Amino acid sequence: MDTNKNSYTVIYATVLVVLVAVVLALASYLLKDRQQRNVEIETKQMILKSVKLGLDANTVPDKASYIEEQYAKYITDSTIATEAGEHKLFVCKLDSGERLYIVPVHGTGLWGPIWGYVALKGDFNTIYGTTYDHKSETPGLGAEINTVEFSKQFEGKQIFKDGQFVSIVVVKGGANPESTNEVDAISGGTITSKALEAMLQSSINEYLAFFKAKLEEVSQQAAQAPSDSTISATADSTASAVQTKIN
Amino acid sequence: MDKKIFIEPLFRNNPITVLVLGVCSALAVTVKLEPAIVMALSVTIVTGFSSFIVSLIRNTIPNRIRIIVQLVVVAMLVILVDQILKAFAYDVSKQLSVFVGLIITNCIIMGRIEAFALGNKPIPSLIDGLANGLGYGIILIAIAFIRELFGSGTIYGIPVIPAEWYIKNGGFYENNGLFILPPMALIITGIIIWIQRSYTKELIEK
Repeated sequence: MDTNKNSYTVIYATVLVVLVAVVLALASYLLKDRQQRNVEIETKQMILKSVKLGLDANTVPDKASYIEEQYAKYITDSTIATEAGEHKLFVCKLDSGERLYIVPVHGTGLWGPIWGYVALKGDFNTIYGTTYDHKSETPGLGAEINTVEFSKQFEGKQIFKDGQFVSIVVVKGGANPESTNEVDAISGGTITSKALEAMLQSSINEYLAFFKAKLEEVSQQAAQAPSDSTISATADSTASAVQTKIN
Repeated sequence: MDKKIFIEPLFRNNPITVLVLGVCSALAVTVKLEPAIVMALSVTIVTGFSSFIVSLIRNTIPNRIRIIVQLVVVAMLVILVDQILKAFAYDVSKQLSVFVGLIITNCIIMGRIEAFALGNKPIPSLIDGLANGLGYGIILIAIAFIRELFGSGTIYGIPVIPAEWYIKNGGFYENNGLFILPPMALIITGIIIWIQRSYTKELIEK
């Protein structure tokens, strides 16, 4: 057969492309459910990680159901309405009774999206823990934002300074260890590090009004409280007030 | 015959150091060992199977669109590998997904299809593809080992330089930041080519 004829070439190309399309569509269709579940589990694991739970997930035999179970036990999903629209906020209740507020953050890295979760303590100022991840940052450079070493630096840092929102600053060439809001950038990953800084700034900014309202509520209730003995009760009722409002 | 097809690309006819194919990705993914190994494995699988498939249909391919046909086959394989990993080995797929684009554009795959698979039977083509992927992988892993050791002080993510050696802990040692940056990959590749040529004299051009 003459494989150089125009008609042969056109038919060959058409058949090949249709065949490949069928194969790929079939693969995508058959694997979709599993893939979506993997993504869901991963998101839940990230949220748990930001509050230092589920860290041993990789050692248990059935990782997926372990994550599901831990997530159901500790985390409550909720949506808060602010001027800028609706935002997700996750509330975590630790075994100690302490409540943590997990803020999802989203931004743009060097090559693609970056995102993460920032867990704040009840004062809406001190960071309890963080996790970050990325779609396609450079391995070994920007991609290091998803390592424990990087996110550990944020623990105990404060996003407010003298009542002003300052977010967290990523410093190239060594952060001042005394500073309450500086962390080290990643060597060779400066653009991703700076993008992460911008992401924290803009994402947390959208929650500020909510934080402020929440803190005022707490201080009002504390002022109404007649004696020290009721403080813990107040804290609890605040927490439940937060809960109802959030829900 | 088949044995020679397998052995040659590993050293004497190495795709990176002798044919100088696939150098771009060798520079990009060798900062750490782990992505280098994942990349080496995925390239080996894709070169092997794309050579095999193209060799199967080699007598039917219209000559004028053969490059496009090869690209379609390679792209399909890469997407399939990625989809399957996403469903069954999600953690690995997260490492790999960055490199999908790089695998499709890897000159070794197209180079081996053009140079070998189009003129040979499927089984030798499969062996040739796999061996070239491995030859590429060996160099990649060697470069990544050196870069990770000196650039980050770790091997496969495990710290090997004692913590008290570092200047920040009162020692005398510091990681060399140059090893993390792309130029060092090129320099190491050059040194590997130099060593290989000094051992295998017939590679040296007159």
